[in-house]
This record gives sequence, structure tokens and C-alpha cells, in this order.
Amino acid sequence: MAKKVFMLSEVVKVEQLEKYFPVQKGFLEQLFTRELRYVKAVDGITFSIRSREIFTLAGESGCGKTTTGRVIVRLLEPTSGKISFKGRDITKVKGEKLRLLRRKMQIIFQDPYASLNPRMKTVDAVGHPLEIHGLAKGEEKKEKVLEVLDKVGLTPPEQFINLHPHQLSGGQRQRVALARSIILKPEFIVADEPVSMIDVSLRTTIIDLMLSFRKELGLTYLFITHDLAVAKYISDRIAIMYLGKIIEMGDKESLFVNPMHPYTQALLSAIPVPNPERKRKRIELSGEVPSAIDIPTGCRFHPRCPYRTDKCSKEEPLLIELEKNHFVACHLIK
Amino acid sequence: MPFLEVDSLTVDYQMRRGTIRAVENVSFSLDKGETLGLAGESGSGKSTLGLSIIRLVPYPGVIVEGHIEIDGTDILKLPEHEMRSIRGRKVAYIFQDPMTSLNPVKRIGAHFAELIHTHEPNTSKEEALERTKKVLENLEILPERINDYPHQFSGGMRQRIMIGLAIALTPDLVIADEPTTALDVIVQAKILELLGNLRKMYGLALILISHDLSIILEKCDKIIILYAGHMIEYATGIELHKHPKHPYTQGLLHSIPNIELSDQKLAAIPGSPPNMLNPPKGCRFWPRCSHVKEICRVREPPLIDVKPNHFVRCFLYGKEGVHVERSRKS
Repeated sequence: MAKKVFMLSEVVKVEQLEKYFPVQKGFLEQLFTRELRYVKAVDGITFSIRSREIFTLAGESGCGKTTTGRVIVRLLEPTSGKISFKGRDITKVKGEKLRLLRRKMQIIFQDPYASLNPRMKTVDAVGHPLEIHGLAKGEEKKEKVLEVLDKVGLTPPEQFINLHPHQLSGGQRQRVALARSIILKPEFIVADEPVSMIDVSLRTTIIDLMLSFRKELGLTYLFITHDLAVAKYISDRIAIMYLGKIIEMGDKESLFVNPMHPYTQALLSAIPVPNPERKRKRIELSGEVPSAIDIPTGCRFHPRCPYRTDKCSKEEPLLIELEKNHFVACHLIK
Repeated sequence: MPFLEVDSLTVDYQMRRGTIRAVENVSFSLDKGETLGLAGESGSGKSTLGLSIIRLVPYPGVIVEGHIEIDGTDILKLPEHEMRSIRGRKVAYIFQDPMTSLNPVKRIGAHFAELIHTHEPNTSKEEALERTKKVLENLEILPERINDYPHQFSGGMRQRIMIGLAIALTPDLVIADEPTTALDVIVQAKILELLGNLRKMYGLALILISHDLSIILEKCDKIIILYAGHMIEYATGIELHKHPKHPYTQGLLHSIPNIELSDQKLAAIPGSPPNMLNPPKGCRFWPRCSHVKEICRVREPPLIDVKPNHFVRCFLYGKEGVHVERSRKS
């Protein structure tokens, strides 16, 4: 889709990123056991996002895709690893510097019913970032808000500016959230399932807006989704996550034409295809995703893998570039 | 005679702010062994339609017009206690959210025991237990887990238990309302396949309600597309996929991504669904329609058949089609 857009520099780079959440214990347990247990939500992932690229993290619930997005914009503290933004290490940035950084990186959340303050009018919700960063207030703020509302297709913007979230439909709310995320003219946006709560007929509008902002504003996106059909439509590159790790990553074309990891293959075969005459063979997986507290040894997918060998339960496979720009973490593929 | 027959069903939600006509003049029929898909966006009336069939439209909803016949019985005329014996035994309903549909303080076995004893008081405990175990086996859940509580199961397993409860009394019709919306794709595929297998095994009629047209197209023989409470198109899955007639159906098909196509161009339907308290006059879709004509703003289009078994509610097809609603009366 992106025909030769400039993909030179890396905007975001993530190296060996880990995010563990301690498991809450009861009072007695705390007294008598020393050992702390962790949910390993993100367990050592490395990738980079190039300028003006739409990079997608896809996977089932609990695979760590949302946590990764939140750690990158520093809404969560990473346990270890390194995050760079335009060549600068931002892993430990704090206070004023972090605030300035947030002008450059924004996030859109999944649920527009929860991400907008029900007591704020559109003008205040969208204009709030301007006030926080001391960029505009009063009439000037209003002008800028009108401008972005027009950009996200809430036209005429004067009609929307004084409405509260409950007066807007789901699609309109997500547009307001989109307007809020671009008002500071950021360079990078994390879009966490931005269309999964919106009706099908309106999804395309939101996706098309995101695509047009990439061109117009030179934006780079980290797109997070569980819906691979949407991922295929919007992304340039896709990484598939399973239990906190990237198990396959590649250009959209090669990943969908030639999925190599058994999990990716199963995932793709499970997606419904809107064609009643097409009967596809589904790849069966046994069991369900294990808990992120007790991650299986070796390859974390091995208990469910139809092709597992002895090696898989002992040794963790590395993410290797098997074709140009196509990385897979599996012992079986050579 | 078909097993289920719904004729000009109209359901209103009568509220202080006004009346919402959630379902208007919907007619269809379904035989045993068939799968019908109800597709539409939120607020299109698909759940209301499903719930009307078991007469469980929530307050302040009222069925104001129409007939629903199940196995030859007009259920809208039945007293409540007789209706209760139809629910569960003849018609079962699978709700959307498996997390909240099971009682958290009851073991799985107790859910089944209660269901079986309510409908068949003469069943012995042992027999009920045997039957439960057999149902669980069909759903690939270990029978030993009968003594576990709902929280000990994953989302997909809980939904399978819900399906088990629905089929435990071997009903003739199962209505599955967004049965996989809260689940991941791999689990979703498993559940849908399971429903399909059970349909074959027990010869049941299945109504699948979903906002996801991909699922409906993949799994259903017949499909009803609902828009703002109106049945705007009704056809077999293959026909609907090949020759969608209504501009809304065409728009929907253009807005769903298909992973098997490369370089697909998606197109959005402009505008948003209408406010049901104040729906547009005439055709309910006209404010979003690219083919809108003068007549669409004034008059409501009738449901006409463009082909045998392919009905559409749109003025674009007025001439060649036959006026169904009128022909039925004559």
C-alpha cells in the first residue's frame, strides 16, 4: 500500500524489552514465602519501527501486545530492556523531559467510551493537550480544535465542539480521540485496537483517516490488534506475538503468503473468510494459551504445537531472519 | 410446514422519551437442520429479534404485532408457564457473554442438574449426571470437571459449557447471540465448528446472530441483513455474497477485510446509523445511500423479491420485482 514512502530512519527501537507484573499474594503467603512470582507480559522482544511505517503487533488476548504499546509510550515502566525514540534512549526519561517527549508520541485507546472524560466537552477534551503543554488556550485553543475536528471528518466542527461524549456515537467518539492524539502534531502514535469497538461500516473511515494522516502529517504508527484481517489491510510490517514473545515478524506480503511458524499458520487458518463457497482447512491446536506466570520451557508454544520435537521443550528458539525481512522463532524451519 | 415461522414481527421499546421501534415487520421461516444468520450493526435489532423468539424481550420492550409459530404453536398466545416449558426444551438461547451467564457460586454439574430437573422432574440424579457427562464429552470437556466452578474454566470453555447447557435437553432450535464475540479467533473457530457439528448431529435449526458478516457468510445457509430494525435483505449465503442487492449490504461487503485478498480496497459507508428515537422518514438508509432518489425520502420501500428466495427492501429494484407484502395478502 505504502508505495515507496521514505523508510530510512528508525523512529522507535525496542531492544530486549521486558515487562513483568508481580503477582498479588495473600497476607499469609507474603509472610511465609520469599519467592515473588511474576506475570511475564512482555518477555524480551526486539523490533524497530521505521519512519512513516505502520508496524502491527498482533496476537490473541494476553500475548502482551497492549503492554508493549504502553511501555513504549512510557505509560508503564519497563522491567528491563531499552526503548529508543529517534536514536535517543528514552527508557529512563522522567519528569519534564518525559512531558516534552509525550508531545511527540501519543496513544489512542481501544474503548472510546472509556477514554473520553464524560464531563468534558469536545473542545476541552481535544484541546486539553494544548493546555497541558502550554501551547494554546481560550480562543486560540478553540481555533486549533476546530481545525483538527475538521481533519478527522467531524464536520461542520462548530456543531461538535460543545457536545459531551454521551451525545456522540461510537464512531464519532473515536474520531474525537483521534483528533486529540494529533492536535500536538506528534511523530509517532500507538493505536491500541482503535477500531475493534466500532461498527463495521464505520471502521474503514477511521482506518482511512489514520492512513491519510500518515501521508499528511508524516506519522509513524504502532498498530495493535487481534484482528489479522484488519492488520493485513493497514500494515506494512507485522509481528505476531505469543505469550510475551514475537514468534514471527515480516513484511505483510511475505507473512500472509508464506506464514512459517505453526502458530501463525493456525491463527491465519482460524480467521473467517467472508465467502460462503470457500471451505478452508483449519489447523487444529490442542489446549489453550498457558498462563503467563508459568511459561512452558523451551519454545513457549511447544505444548500446543502439532510438530513438536524433543528439542522444542528444552531449547528456546531464537528469532532468525530466514528470508529477507521475514523473521521466525521455530526450531523446525531451516 | 417450517419449524419456526415469524410473520410481520414488530417490537417496540416504549420509554418515557418516546418509542423505539427496534424491529419492524420482519418475516422469515426456518426448518430443522438449517442455519440462519442475523447480521447487522449495533442497534439494528438483531438481539431483540432473537429474544422475541423466546419471548424474553427485556422491559420496556413489547411485541406489538406479528406471529411467531414454533412447531405449529403460536407462542405469542401461550401463558407464561407453558412458554417456560418451550424455552430450554424446544428453543435454547446462548447469550453473548459466557463470563456473566454462569452462576459463579454453583458447580458446573449443578447448572446442568438444575436445568434437567426443572424441565424433566422425573429424571433421577444418576441419569442427570450421566447425561451431563455425555454432553460435556461431546464438547471436549473432561467429565471429571463437572465439580469445578465457572471461574476455573477459560473463556472458551465457559462458552462451550453454555452451549452444553443449551443442547442438554436436545432442543430443536438453538439461538446463538454473538457466541464468540468475547473470544479469540482460534477459540472462535473451534466454537463455531462445534455449533455446526451439533447442528448436524442433532438436526437442529440454528440461528446465529453476529455483527461479523465474515462469520455469518462462512457458517449460514440463509442470511437476514438488518438495518435500523428493518429486514433490508434476505437471501441464501451464496446468493448474498455473489449478488448483494441492497446498497447497505453492498457497502458492508465492501467494508470487511478479507485475508485471502491482496491489495484489497475497502470502502466505508458514509454517515452513521440513525438515532432510533427519530429515524429518517421513508427508507431508513437513505441518508447514507449513494443511490438515493426522491421517493426514498418519502416512502418506505416494500420488501420485494428480485429472484426466488432473494428479497430486498429498496426502490432500486421496484420494476422487475414482485410486491411480496401485497401478494401475500391477496
